[in-house]
Amino acid sequence: MSSVAAKKGLGASILEYLTTVDHKKIAHLYLGTGGFFFLLGGIEALFIRIQLMKPNNNFVSEQLFNEIMTMHGTTMIFLAAMPILFAFMNAVVPLQIGARDVAFPFLNALGFWLFFFGGLFLNLSWFLGGAPDAGWTSYASLSLRSEGHGIDFYTLGLQISGFGTLISGINFLATIINMRAPGMSFMRMPLFTWTTFVASALILLAFPPLTIGIFLLMFDRLFSSNFFDVTMGGNTIIWEHFFWIFGHPEVYILVLPAFGIFSEIIPTFSRKRLFGYSSMVFATVLIGFLGFMVWAHHMFTTGLGNVANAIFAIATMAIAVPTGIKIFNWLLTMWGGSIKITVPMLYSLGFIPSFVIGGVTGVMQAVAPLDYQLHDTYFIVAHFHYVIIGGVVFAILAATHFYWPKIFGTKLSEKLGYVTFTLFFIGFHCTFFVQHFLGLMGMPRRVATYLPGQGLELGNLISSIGALLMAVAVITLLINIIMTSIRNKKVGADPWEDGRTMEWAIASPPPYYNFKQTPLVRGLDTWWIEKMEGKKELTPAEPLGNIHMPNNSILPLFIAFGLFVAAFGAMYNPLNSVGDGKSWGVPLLIIGLAITFGSMLIRSLRDDFGYHIHKEDLLEDDKGGKVG
Amino acid sequence: MNMENEQVKSPNLRAHHDYRRKKSAKEMQFQVITFALMIFLTIVSFIAVGSGDLSVKFIIPFILLLAVIQVGFQLYYFMHASQKGHELPMLFMYFAMIIAFVTILAFATIIWW
Amino acid sequence: MNTEERFTLLNWPDHPETQTLEGKNKFLGFWLFLAGETVLFASLFATYLALKDSVPDSTHPLAKDLFNLPLVFVMTMLLLTSSLTSVYAIYHMRNYQFKKLQAWFVITVLLGVGFLSLEIYEFTHYVHEYHFTFGSSAFSSAYYTLVGTHGAHVTFGLCWIIALLVRNAKRGLNLYNAPKYYVASLYWHFIDVVWVFIFTVVYLIGKVG
Repeated sequence: MSSVAAKKGLGASILEYLTTVDHKKIAHLYLGTGGFFFLLGGIEALFIRIQLMKPNNNFVSEQLFNEIMTMHGTTMIFLAAMPILFAFMNAVVPLQIGARDVAFPFLNALGFWLFFFGGLFLNLSWFLGGAPDAGWTSYASLSLRSEGHGIDFYTLGLQISGFGTLISGINFLATIINMRAPGMSFMRMPLFTWTTFVASALILLAFPPLTIGIFLLMFDRLFSSNFFDVTMGGNTIIWEHFFWIFGHPEVYILVLPAFGIFSEIIPTFSRKRLFGYSSMVFATVLIGFLGFMVWAHHMFTTGLGNVANAIFAIATMAIAVPTGIKIFNWLLTMWGGSIKITVPMLYSLGFIPSFVIGGVTGVMQAVAPLDYQLHDTYFIVAHFHYVIIGGVVFAILAATHFYWPKIFGTKLSEKLGYVTFTLFFIGFHCTFFVQHFLGLMGMPRRVATYLPGQGLELGNLISSIGALLMAVAVITLLINIIMTSIRNKKVGADPWEDGRTMEWAIASPPPYYNFKQTPLVRGLDTWWIEKMEGKKELTPAEPLGNIHMPNNSILPLFIAFGLFVAAFGAMYNPLNSVGDGKSWGVPLLIIGLAITFGSMLIRSLRDDFGYHIHKEDLLEDDKGGKVG
Repeated sequence: MNMENEQVKSPNLRAHHDYRRKKSAKEMQFQVITFALMIFLTIVSFIAVGSGDLSVKFIIPFILLLAVIQVGFQLYYFMHASQKGHELPMLFMYFAMIIAFVTILAFATIIWW
Repeated sequence: MNTEERFTLLNWPDHPETQTLEGKNKFLGFWLFLAGETVLFASLFATYLALKDSVPDSTHPLAKDLFNLPLVFVMTMLLLTSSLTSVYAIYHMRNYQFKKLQAWFVITVLLGVGFLSLEIYEFTHYVHEYHFTFGSSAFSSAYYTLVGTHGAHVTFGLCWIIALLVRNAKRGLNLYNAPKYYVASLYWHFIDVVWVFIFTVVYLIGKVG
């Protein structure tokens, strides 16, 4: 492969994306697929709010409402938020540490395709008998009795996606530990890299309990085991424990990278370095660790007893401390800085109060006796939407604007971005602020409708209007994306002009090998240091030489596809609890597994040493040749 | 992705090779002793249970302790965790063990209470 | 490509498995994977501990009725010895003795196959003699899932080592396959670690109640 760009036809481009192992292209795949699922989850949210706009509404049936509500949560968390965050991690982290790719490019592609096929499988449920309907938490008592295959789509789809996430977690950990450029000690890493590191450690340690929990549910429904069947000696609370031992770290997996994104944006547009770098690192690690010790605060009302409740209540309140440290550090970064209110900065300014509101209601819920009143009401719904939207979604929208030039080489319109932010911010608070009061007034969550005359009408109406505003906001973002792509005005390496970290030192988008010469890191905010000394490029750490690159491969797609096929076989096997087992179930399961393990075998038996880019081609690029 | 082949630049490759051979032979002896100890610990646990003489309250913590010691031998000697370059892997393993312990503790208590 | 470079007994590096960046990444990535597997098996142990002896009525066998300690002792010895033989294999790898590396891994595989055969015999015995199947009770589901997952890991490990042996038979030892052998042996040790806890927690504690 030479470094001269060939005019690529559509077919060649598609094949490139199907076989790529380049972290930058994989970022495109995650962003596009995750973005699609974000829209899907958003439509599901709209349907929920339309149904709840007035009492006794019949926009959707109760069964369909349960499915929509379940899929909204499952899609947003597993198929939208996590993949989009992975998109940004893929696009940015290798550049921030001065690496040419991640530690395991092949596994990086595999991680994406597993997510893709898992998400596809889950959403095929809509067309094949009904989506899962027991909530995104799928508690075992309810989900075991769910008729139809909806829950099976849930268990099998999430299991496949989950493998992808686990693989990617290991990948980022190995990348950050082993592949930092010379001079980049751990305490010189940008905060987004640090939060990716801690979030990846959380993924590594939190996904196995979910894997086991889902296997247990899958075995009970598909292979007649008895883990949750009380009449056979089982215990349904086992599911809750496994789900939340995973589920609580999961929300920190979501929010830590979001914090990392804000830790990049706020210093950039305050033109001032991050205040309290060491304490930010310490707080991140502490949040990650404590996140594993609090899971039963989702189970206060299950009868664990006073001692257990007290322990988990206190541990939960403790997490507010490092989080508060971070908030104060961001504020102190801005204090005395030269603030430029770009769209990313606007989202950061909106994030601070919104997330803090969500955080304090979280501390309220940590008080176990109060939680007996609040549990399963709209107060909880308000809390987690405030932290997830105020934290994670704002970060994603901010990062979309902030990193768009680095990922695609163009810059989204700032004016339209202001419109998106304003509509979204107002809509968000409209929808969810009032839900605190709905919850305090006793409106339960997950209800398909409510009776009139209980004082719930006005709140629900306002909440639904807010949802419409958010929908309009998202549409303006889509218009922004489409217009920017059509206009296709290219930007330079450092389009925000105030970039501090190494990704802003190379072209937008970077050449496929990232750095011609591995850079030498002379301190925190490496690019800023070079810029302040008047340099136009990073200091190289090695002479120009041949660069070793990995080859593309179609095998990751096949490995994931095999599991997709096997999942159908498992679901329709003759032993399943729905009772519609088919004779082709087990053969299909075996065929699917054969495709997966066969592809893995091919990968192992066929040596793949990659290829080299020669020094001469790199020098030609210097003289203005196009890079591919 | 550059590769560094950290070959020994010593002019006396043979001397280094001899040193290395002796060192790894000694290490191998260590491994065999470790193995013998592991067999011994296994036999002790089986006897403790099989004999039927000891009280349950003693046996259970005792054989768990023996298991932990045996696993320590596996990790630190067979899997070379005691050698240089294993600091970060062991840090992650210890975090995993903490979470493993908390999970098992929870399931052994607040499931059937 | 340097990894195919031919070495001699004298200039073979001390730690061939981490001489290349790929080797370093595989080494680290695999230890991280083992940390995840630790939590995975801990979850299975936790489920087993919660559901041990949890049966619908007294017609179902309990742990102390089922388990046969002599058989488990033999299985333990086989697996423990196979762990030692894989240490020998890596020792020979460090000393650039390819044929001995292969031989000791073959012995490891044979011992592993022995372990698996006994386990399969054990399971079929439970099914036929006690009607103790996967779906009998919560206890049986938990038992088979924990011990069966371990057995599946053993099976996968055997396939892995056999594939390595076959693939590299003609190639000899170099910096490309040294990390692969090293990582396979780490995996093999880990499943022995899990077995130590299985025979202690499931079988020994099962027998004393």
